[in-house]
Amino acid sequence: MEYLVTIGLEVHAQILTRSKMFCGCSADYANAPPNTHVCPVCMGLPGALPVPNRRAIELAALTGLALNCRISHENVISRKNYFYADLPSGYQRSQYDDPLCVDGWVEIEGDNGPKRIRLTRVHIEEDTGKLIHTNDGGSLVDFNRAGVPLMEIVSKPDISSPEEARRYFQKLRQILVWIGVNSGDMESGALRCDANVSVRPAGQQEYGAKVEIKNINSFRFLERALAYEIERQIRALKAGEPIVQSTRGWDEASGTTVAQRTKEFAEDYRYFPEPDIPPLRLTDAWIAERRAELPELPDARRRRFIEEYGLTAYDASVLTDERAVSDFYEQAVAAARVRGVTPKDVANWMTGELFRLLKETGEPLESAAHRLRPEYIGEVQDLLNQGVITRTSAKEAFEASFREGRSPARIVAERGMAVIGAGDALTDLVRQAIANNPKAVEEYRRGKVTAIKYLIGQVMKATRGQANPQAVQQALEQELARE
Amino acid sequence: MSLTLEEVEHVARLARLRLSPAELEKMRDQLSRILDHFQMLQQIDVSATPPTAQVTDLINVMREDEVRPSLPREQALANAPEHQDGMFRVRAIFEDA
Repeated sequence: MEYLVTIGLEVHAQILTRSKMFCGCSADYANAPPNTHVCPVCMGLPGALPVPNRRAIELAALTGLALNCRISHENVISRKNYFYADLPSGYQRSQYDDPLCVDGWVEIEGDNGPKRIRLTRVHIEEDTGKLIHTNDGGSLVDFNRAGVPLMEIVSKPDISSPEEARRYFQKLRQILVWIGVNSGDMESGALRCDANVSVRPAGQQEYGAKVEIKNINSFRFLERALAYEIERQIRALKAGEPIVQSTRGWDEASGTTVAQRTKEFAEDYRYFPEPDIPPLRLTDAWIAERRAELPELPDARRRRFIEEYGLTAYDASVLTDERAVSDFYEQAVAAARVRGVTPKDVANWMTGELFRLLKETGEPLESAAHRLRPEYIGEVQDLLNQGVITRTSAKEAFEASFREGRSPARIVAERGMAVIGAGDALTDLVRQAIANNPKAVEEYRRGKVTAIKYLIGQVMKATRGQANPQAVQQALEQELARE
Repeated sequence: MSLTLEEVEHVARLARLRLSPAELEKMRDQLSRILDHFQMLQQIDVSATPPTAQVTDLINVMREDEVRPSLPREQALANAPEHQDGMFRVRAIFEDA
């Protein structure tokens, strides 16, 4: 029997702002001592008045536009009521009836080619505090994270496999980081997701019972948790056991999903409009401003790199994976073109030498770019094209530029790496080689043409490899013919 | 309209209230009467009135994304019955106790 898998993802992404969603406390909670970024608003003290962060709303709308959503003109913040120690006010400010962004889609590489994963909504809310469970039967609460701006991005159940779920989540991360609304830091929880998965026999119309896997903070965990859960559900169905709608957690240690609370009442959040926050009315002009803020997105840029620069699909893809790399490439191309260096050559330097060196030093391009400037790539390729340096020297100069932060031309000059071309210097060396090696000269004259190889070798040795071998051969032939 | 005892128990549980059988009965009676009152209000024709959650007429009250001073931690923790290592200490959290 074949089984159909249906997956939907709820992604939680912290919005990259300086301050919290409804108060002026710093949103940078990761390295702050516990409860040092808190105030009456984010601790839910009576009488405190929340005021929405303008930038958080703007960035959430920007996200909606990047994900092909429609932006709502009328926005209401609601209270989602439940009791938990990490939620100081007894409710989470969120959105219910009128989410900020509705009906979008993200295109991914699906199991059978390009596929659009539709989105239901993107809404704004606030993050909760952090709980640390002690081993003496207590819990410690740190409210630094409470009130950090958060977006919830909800997909339709359009995902058909764990691999597609991973690719969708990766694509979302790429876009969010690209447009600067999220740090992409999954380890710290700035980006995380819940996955809903159900399985049904092929041919059955209605969906199977939905199981929710909570709080997944890595692509690998997502894929593994879903694969495990699908397997578990299929096994149960085959055995004739019912799937109970439930919430499970991924346990990496055992490689299994583990049943969490069965929430009889959990869905009873009794949402109602937050009386302390007046509605947000967003005009077409405001939405147009957000649209104007939207940069070229990775997919569009990838296609343009292929068309405009003639890159291979692979090169275009790796050079649009991250915004910083992509921007660096474009700057490098612009500088290189002036020297007549092709975008393809620039791409080769980046995907080859540059990526290798970045991997070796383990640093992001943003920091290496303070040393290796984009224009150096065209410069080093130009030196190579002009025959000033050999390919080996070009790589050496490039690496020195990367490590020391000086231009390739300067390094070539300082280290005397320039090829000794057909000039007086080369002629002198050639004459020396002829004078010092009468035996080889004799053999050559007697018709053993290959003897010239030995002489070329001698000249190359004398230049420590800095001569162009073809130029050396030419010069030798000329000199030998002359005598 | 009369609420069932189960409904009252459910609402009490959501509010984390532990009610005695007598209190449950009393609440059932009082809450039912409140609902009756709303039922009466529901007979009014409001088809021409937009849903209104606020009467202040304010819209778009927002603040700039600027960091302002937080509370000193001693003050933040001042009202906590218990704290430890700069954090609020609460009883262990049991799922759906």
